[in-house]
Amino acid sequence: MGKTVVLGVIGADCHAVGNKILERAFSDAGFNVVNIGVMCSQEEFISAAIETNADAILVSSLYGHGEIDCRGLREKCDEAGLKNILLYAGGNLVVGKQEWSDVEKRFKEMGFNRVYPPGTSPEVGINDLKHDLGIED
Amino acid sequence: MDAALLIDFGSTYTKLTAVDLENEEILATAKDLTTVQTDIMIGFNNAFEKLKEKIDLSKVNFVEKLACSSAAGGLKMIAIGLVPELTAEAAKRAALGAGARILGVYSYELTKHEMEEIVKKKPDIILLAGGTDGGNKDCILHNAKLIAQYIKDVPIVVAGNKNAQDEIDDILNDAHVYHKITENVMPRLNQINVEPAREVIREIFMEKIVEAKGMKRAEEFISGILMPTPAAVLKAARILADGTDKEEGIGELIIVDIGGATTDVHSIASGEPSKAGVTLRGLQEPYAKRTVEGDLGMRVSAVSLWEAAGTRRIKKFVPNTKYDVEERCKFLQANVNFIPKEEEDIEFDEALGMVATEMAMERHVGLIESVYTPMGIIYSQVGKDLLNVRYLIGTGGVIVHSRNPKKILSAGKFNPDTPNYLKPMNPEILVDKEYILSAMGLLAEKYPDKAIRIMKKYIVKA
Repeated sequence: MGKTVVLGVIGADCHAVGNKILERAFSDAGFNVVNIGVMCSQEEFISAAIETNADAILVSSLYGHGEIDCRGLREKCDEAGLKNILLYAGGNLVVGKQEWSDVEKRFKEMGFNRVYPPGTSPEVGINDLKHDLGIED
Repeated sequence: MDAALLIDFGSTYTKLTAVDLENEEILATAKDLTTVQTDIMIGFNNAFEKLKEKIDLSKVNFVEKLACSSAAGGLKMIAIGLVPELTAEAAKRAALGAGARILGVYSYELTKHEMEEIVKKKPDIILLAGGTDGGNKDCILHNAKLIAQYIKDVPIVVAGNKNAQDEIDDILNDAHVYHKITENVMPRLNQINVEPAREVIREIFMEKIVEAKGMKRAEEFISGILMPTPAAVLKAARILADGTDKEEGIGELIIVDIGGATTDVHSIASGEPSKAGVTLRGLQEPYAKRTVEGDLGMRVSAVSLWEAAGTRRIKKFVPNTKYDVEERCKFLQANVNFIPKEEEDIEFDEALGMVATEMAMERHVGLIESVYTPMGIIYSQVGKDLLNVRYLIGTGGVIVHSRNPKKILSAGKFNPDTPNYLKPMNPEILVDKEYILSAMGLLAEKYPDKAIRIMKKYIVKA
């Protein structure tokens, strides 16, 4: 059985299109995708990951409030017993003209394993996830 | 003439309904006190004597004798899951839909202390869930091991992660714990599958619980105690809404049953958002959904109803009462057999019925919330949207014997003051005036077409 990932759009963000594209791309790549859809709280990501015994949580944020919405997710995962679960984030995580390297650094400090700038193709994330989970192609 | 005798061994009364199967008419009804402590057949025979006075038995041939029961505390269940809002909630809904009374809902890995608590609550059946198919196994395995250690003679229904079933089967077999394994109540995240678990619960109810509750003797006379009473009501509701192979149903409906101890709400409706642009969130809702409010009742739960509603809310429905609301609720709880005769007493009871209806409906239906986002206001819905449901049906003694059932049931309609609750806007209000819903649920087991035609005849406009 393939590895399980929880996919969703965090916060008060209802951008549904990218979410569907990612679901399709990760499913086609052989992952068991648990898509919790748009407007999800941190708790919903965590509950879904517990019930489905997920290997990774993929967080999308398109509306610029990603940093606020994502803060504390790693700590809550630790608290919920999801030890060392992979956390990825991507989309339009922040607004304004900010250096990507600064944004990436801040998200990594928040406990995210991988962080993606706008315009990243799904294949990049898929390859990283396979690498991080030790899946051979 | 061929007839059916339908029996409801209730917690207080044993109710009999005799149905003419040829003309599809109710011949007579009769009731007497339930006698489960001594011999359940005493109360049955007393009621049967009363029935004999109303119909000429020499002309009637009872070809079917079917029963349901909520006597001896009803079907008492414990539901166990993993995450409270997910598999634990799905397990609770499955048990409620099977007609159970929920003694407790437990989540995550159980502790020994919790296990002792469960044993003390003396459940009839324990429903064990946890994990989606292919998901978490650790939790349900841990809980199965504890159950094997602590539970001796309570049947277990296992409805969790498919991948853990074999191991759980071994664990429970080794400990000689009676159990049945069925499909997961939540096979995929947020997707519920309560029917298989409901069916297995009913099987165990028929095989084991009826006997354990000292009702086996009744089966010598009748063909069988088929299900708990609330399950029969839900079955009747489903047939009435959806129809049968030959008969058309009346469409989506809600049933409100106000009792002395609890208020039950059943809805047969998909509950999809009725307005565009609403995001549906959370655990999927059962199409046939039952909720039970243990704190909302007219007698045994009168004080908890007052505590939940508050004096002002009750007074809203009976502004000029001479009674002090708190004192009056305490009086009603202390006098469970009190039947109102004076005008003030009837009005006060009606007000309690309205509050129970209003609050039970608020807890049953979905909630819509507006979320302010950088893109503007977005609406998100949790639970069932019942705005466009066509029928609101009242049953239970309080409504059946009320002079004004429409007034009581109207409290369950959409209220512009609390527009977040997705209660029905303009339902037609019907009353189960012969009190036949549970009987028709039983009849529908064998004669669904007759059951629906009789319901259409006897469930009438309020």
